[in-house]
Amino acid sequence: MPNDGDTAIQWRPSSPNDALIKRARLLAQVREFFALRCVLEVDLPVLGERTVSDPHLDSLCTEGSLHYLQTSPEYFMKRLLASGSGPIYALAKAFRAGDRGRIHNPEFTLLEWYRPGWDERELMAEVAELILSVGCTPSVAAQRVTYRDIFMATVNLDPHRVSLVKLVELASNIAQRDMSGESRASCLDLIFSFEIEARLPPGIVFVHDYPECLCALAKLGVDEKGVTVARRFEVFLDRIELANGYFELLDADEQRRRFSEDNRQRKAMGKAEIAADEKLLAALDAGLPSCAGVALGIDRLLMHLVGAQHIEEVIAFSN
Amino acid sequence: MANYSTNEFRSGLKVMLDGDPCSIIENEFVKPGKGQAFSRVRLKNLKTGRVWDRTFKSGESLEGADVSEQNMQYLYNDGEYWHFMEPETFEQHQADKTSVGDTALWLREQDTCIVTLYNGSPLAVAAANHVDLEITQTDPGLKGDTAQGGTKPATLSTGAVIKVPLFLNEGEIVSVDTRTGEYLNRAKK
Repeated sequence: MPNDGDTAIQWRPSSPNDALIKRARLLAQVREFFALRCVLEVDLPVLGERTVSDPHLDSLCTEGSLHYLQTSPEYFMKRLLASGSGPIYALAKAFRAGDRGRIHNPEFTLLEWYRPGWDERELMAEVAELILSVGCTPSVAAQRVTYRDIFMATVNLDPHRVSLVKLVELASNIAQRDMSGESRASCLDLIFSFEIEARLPPGIVFVHDYPECLCALAKLGVDEKGVTVARRFEVFLDRIELANGYFELLDADEQRRRFSEDNRQRKAMGKAEIAADEKLLAALDAGLPSCAGVALGIDRLLMHLVGAQHIEEVIAFSN
Repeated sequence: MANYSTNEFRSGLKVMLDGDPCSIIENEFVKPGKGQAFSRVRLKNLKTGRVWDRTFKSGESLEGADVSEQNMQYLYNDGEYWHFMEPETFEQHQADKTSVGDTALWLREQDTCIVTLYNGSPLAVAAANHVDLEITQTDPGLKGDTAQGGTKPATLSTGAVIKVPLFLNEGEIVSVDTRTGEYLNRAKK
């Protein structure tokens, strides 16, 4: 084999052959998992006229800014569900501008699926089954913990009731900077990311019943303590965030309100506003069946399967 | 200077933080499934040498610091300042005790060293990794004792005191690793 030398162009894949073989196998296992459960695979556009308005997600624009590379297939999938598709999954590339790090690549493989008639509790059980079915062997059984309980256990604060002043104080301490002026959601995200995630138990951990301000596209509910919570969950595998799911919001008017709230925040952050996806809103008006949905990072699952430390090790050619 | 956003933070980038020039050591991207992304950044304060950990929200920016590193020839010390010269332009710079620091122990006139300039003035001086210096004072050498592991203190022409093998004598030249202050070998005159 010729010597590449130090100055040669790095044309070889960043992922070893072994990881490429495991990736092919993982994709086949996922498809088999859903085929056995009669969940239909759908092949959806990655190039869309509209995109998410989430203030913390940036889409890549293309074709003279007329189209966006999709950050997830969520809106297309909801339009399918509203038109009577029944249970569906998509296994495809998604794109998020600026997301780059040890467990982030701007282009990544996302598995997203929806279960009409289910709530998020039932879907959590299926997520655990999927993870186990592809060959993950966690050292301990899957656990469920509420956002409140994990917060109380780690930083001794009730995330639903604590004052913003106290949250800012703790967040400032963790970040070693003044966080005053930051929103409740930003402070909670910071505390969770830096203090709690690293101290989660090993294995598969479901964190559910999120604070209302972190609802994203989840339905709201009331927990056993009478507190309004977002029916959202996140899945961690050995302390790495793997998936995010909702008991899906169905109310078109509430969705409209969240779109404009997103844009209000985008404006305040100096970001371009994103026009609401009228086709999604029309689909919600027509009626989305009650359903639960989840999106899972395939690259991170693969990192776990091959014991990779950096996402580059499981992507043939990282961007 | 230009502003750099968190997604441009790379190790080695020089930025201003709390009024001081800093060099970024590492930048870790942290983002929850939904929500605010952060950069946890480790920076070295180039004035004090202290290492800081700071968390930024993605998209926040820092002003670039006008910091550059130049090879310069060390000329002389006038008692208060150390004088250096850029080899191509012959432009001279003077550095005070704070910026020269312990490097003074390894500076031999005419030697090339690395001067960090901040807004055009020396901020720090680093000697070459290996320098050859003359022993000006040490106990007489023990003949034939070249294999034993014993050492003795020796004062070098710059004033530095290092440990050298027993067989070395005054007037001999030794190579020293300036990062550790350790004797490496006997050098030719």
